[in-house]
Amino acid sequence: MASLQHSQAIKGAKVLMVGAGGIGCELLKTLALSGFQDIHINAAAVIRVNIALMDINEAVIAVVVWGFGSEGFGSMIDMDTIEVSNLNRQFLFRQSHVGQSKAKVARDAVLRFRPHISITPYHANVKDSNFNVDFFKQFNVVLNGLDNLDARRHVNRLCLAAEVPLVESGTTGFLGQVTVHVKGKTECYECQPKPAPKTYPVCTITSTPSKFVHCIVWAKELLFAKLFGDKNQVNDLNVRSNDACSSSENTNDVFEWRDDEDFEQYGRRIYDHVFGYNIELALSDEETWKKRNKPRPIYSRDVLPDKMTQQNGNVDKTDDLSSASAMASLGLKNPQDIWCLMENTRVFLEALKLFFTNRKKEIGNLSFDKDDQLAVEFVTAAANIRAASFNIPSHSLFEAKGIAGNIVHAVATTNAIVAGLIVIEAIKVLKKDTDCYRMTYCLEHPSKKMLLMPVEPFEPNKSCFVCSSQTPLSLEINTHRSKLRDFVEKIVKAKLGMNSPLIMCGVALLYEVGDDLEEDMIANYTANLEKVLSELPSPVTGGKMLTVEDLQQEFTCNIYIKHREEFDEEKEPDGMVLSGWTQAPPEKKDDKTSIGNGASTSKSLPTEPMDAQKDIEVKEISDGTASPGKKRKLPEFSEGCTLDQSNEADETRNDKKIQKLDDDDDDDLVMLDHWGKDTGKKQRLQ
Amino acid sequence: MDGEELTEQETALYDRQIRVWGADAQRRLSKSHILVYGMKGTITEFCKNIVLAGVGSLTLVDDRAVTEEALSANFLMPPDENACSGKTLAELCRDSLNEFNPMVRVSVEKGDLASFGVEFFDKFDVVVISFCSLATKKLINERCRKLSKRVSFYTVDCRDCCGEIFVDLQKYNYAKKRLDGTTECELQYPSFQEAISVPWRSLPRKVSKLYLAMRVIERFEEDEGRKPGEICIEDLPAVLKLKKELCEAQSLNESHIPNALLERLVMGAREFPPVCAIIGGILGQEVIKAISGKGDPLKNFFFFDSVDGKGIIEDISDPNPKG
Repeated sequence: MASLQHSQAIKGAKVLMVGAGGIGCELLKTLALSGFQDIHINAAAVIRVNIALMDINEAVIAVVVWGFGSEGFGSMIDMDTIEVSNLNRQFLFRQSHVGQSKAKVARDAVLRFRPHISITPYHANVKDSNFNVDFFKQFNVVLNGLDNLDARRHVNRLCLAAEVPLVESGTTGFLGQVTVHVKGKTECYECQPKPAPKTYPVCTITSTPSKFVHCIVWAKELLFAKLFGDKNQVNDLNVRSNDACSSSENTNDVFEWRDDEDFEQYGRRIYDHVFGYNIELALSDEETWKKRNKPRPIYSRDVLPDKMTQQNGNVDKTDDLSSASAMASLGLKNPQDIWCLMENTRVFLEALKLFFTNRKKEIGNLSFDKDDQLAVEFVTAAANIRAASFNIPSHSLFEAKGIAGNIVHAVATTNAIVAGLIVIEAIKVLKKDTDCYRMTYCLEHPSKKMLLMPVEPFEPNKSCFVCSSQTPLSLEINTHRSKLRDFVEKIVKAKLGMNSPLIMCGVALLYEVGDDLEEDMIANYTANLEKVLSELPSPVTGGKMLTVEDLQQEFTCNIYIKHREEFDEEKEPDGMVLSGWTQAPPEKKDDKTSIGNGASTSKSLPTEPMDAQKDIEVKEISDGTASPGKKRKLPEFSEGCTLDQSNEADETRNDKKIQKLDDDDDDDLVMLDHWGKDTGKKQRLQ
Repeated sequence: MDGEELTEQETALYDRQIRVWGADAQRRLSKSHILVYGMKGTITEFCKNIVLAGVGSLTLVDDRAVTEEALSANFLMPPDENACSGKTLAELCRDSLNEFNPMVRVSVEKGDLASFGVEFFDKFDVVVISFCSLATKKLINERCRKLSKRVSFYTVDCRDCCGEIFVDLQKYNYAKKRLDGTTECELQYPSFQEAISVPWRSLPRKVSKLYLAMRVIERFEEDEGRKPGEICIEDLPAVLKLKKELCEAQSLNESHIPNALLERLVMGAREFPPVCAIIGGILGQEVIKAISGKGDPLKNFFFFDSVDGKGIIEDISDPNPKG
């Protein structure tokens, strides 16, 4: 009965799957098995094999994997490789597929068991301009299996503009979520604000770290970048609390390798400078340490008196592995071990030496990559030594890699469950069973006996700046100091999620991105970027209104400008504050204008996006009809918000919170939660 | 714990999941041996999940030949029945599963499941059976229970938009993690026979309707000598009659088993692929929990119905067990 109705709705449907990775593989399989006949897949990915990993994992690479990588629509198509760590959940890729489009390989893999359906692969980034509103209009439903906020927001806007329903999804570990977004009927993906990636104040990183993550950021963003990255990049490594200018000339020289020293001498000089001299210098600023524990300077000779070569003479010489890994050449095996200070020191010196002896050509162009073993080793060792200075507990390479690489937990089972839930919602959308739409949470610990918990979708947030009609935003900014570039980067791109913005003040065009611009226009806009707001050709000052528009997304918003002189460096590191969409709408009971399925849901939006442990109240759903009066606290972990699973007193891990649900690696969130650990925590890195 | 380290290869392949359940759990997984019976959609999903997770070995039992019905929710086999000729369902699934993860040994055991003696099951840590008759469920469960070591036993069935998992971990000890520390916990599971013998009147008032409906269908097929799933709309009147009898015998109001639900289960004997994915995923997680000893295992039934979308755990055991 039910199946029969399903099959009619399914057969005629044309669906677009956006995104790749764990959910994408499962979703394509389940769609094909369920009888979908016309599936379009958008994926930018190409299958490549990470050469460095091939030696040890030859057997693994031969595994069949669905040809999706973790990157989906990430902005960096270059980084797109099938990693061994994907293979625990992405199947149907063979070595013979190397170099091919992931969307196409996925298609071929599924056609092997369902040869008579139509699968159309688009080997392209969903943000490309040809995937415009008209493109989206051809589909009955769009299904997201994405791994990043940017692409999710972009697809949300296109679906709103094209008026095509969107089924959105995400997973982390055993937790998952599926939501339905239908314009005018349910909230859109952006009705609840998403927190911005966590950033750390510069001085915390350079002078007063208090958590291991601060040490990782220092090792990765400052020290690693300084030694192996672009020398011309601005780097805060030398900035200290008191004497930013006076010593910068000297310190620049310190990081240069000198002809008269070998690489160990060089390494020890760097070591002593950053872990010894710099700490001594910082200590001289007594004001800083009045309320803090003083750090301890560490010099290499105290930790490791003898030359390295005399110490590890027992290790076999340069085979391939030991030239790619300091751990291998030092005989350290288990990435889960926590190294002592001496081991960290040896790894630091050995990794530095290996970079200079084996990878000299790359130096100057390197940026940290979580799949670069040597880079992970160096950053782990450096972070641990710094942590030792500041009396912060050390971490294993495995843990450090998770933090530094922003690795999101992922298992196959949750992706499979979520893919099943997506298809169930997609069928409801196709059958227009509006009253039956559900937002479903996969929980790790049961709540009200449920592991899969459906709730009614929320109504659209009337003050959502994306899906409601023209809710103006307001921006507090120092119009005499902030440049147009700051506004474009920190607000238009980072906060509003626009890719091709056009900015107007009144009728004056200030900035625009596009392929068909005249040269003098481009020069004009480039010049504008470097001007402070109040000195633009059409000055932007307090009280003015800016109109920002993205033509591809067919999305416009208005921003009122409020001038403000000072910003708190710690709390407002952007130097500007956007508001208007993070506030909950004014509560109106029995709102007659509410759209939806009769029983209006009430909820309280978190007033601060980063605010943890907000519960939202929803009506209990029983047997498909909302039972009035009964309310339940629901753990919220919609993308980007925090999750508090403490809805039951016997909850296992109240300290476990989810900031973001994602199915794959390349994201800006890190979670350090392990079952076996008591100090679960999770942080977001910049 | 067991002293053996994960290999470099394992650490690299299983990186993302080790971040979920830890290296210790991964080591236990790689030493575990799983037996499955009934190579249809749900079991196929389950096999994919645990092969990817990296169990030590997986043994498949299913001598049936490929039919159109067997292919309907199975992504491990080509749809061409000719290409499958001469091979059993288990053999065809093995060939595909072997490619998923070379570190897992996937093999086939030929023969009738019910004819395997107690000692056969001694080789396994986990036994999962699907689409078995009531008698076979009880039989295999009892054989697992006769062994001196603990063999975790699961049954799984999907019909129409519904799915059911039964779990028997016998006596199961695990470390229950809570904010204020870890406590040793012991769960006592009833056998399948014991669970379904719990009088309906003594069940919680809001017990899943699916539990009761599945028992009616199971009983109907058993009484009629049908194979599981061998049921169609023409059987509905007889099924409804049986429901009435059972409810009367158990002094339960008939409204607890809606006719519409029975009608769906009778008509939709086939699996619905999205539900296979969901039930196969939950089952995979439960088996991983039981092997690794990490996380709270479910006790002792799980139900999912895509019509209401709830995935519910029911504890159906005699509150005052004998002896």
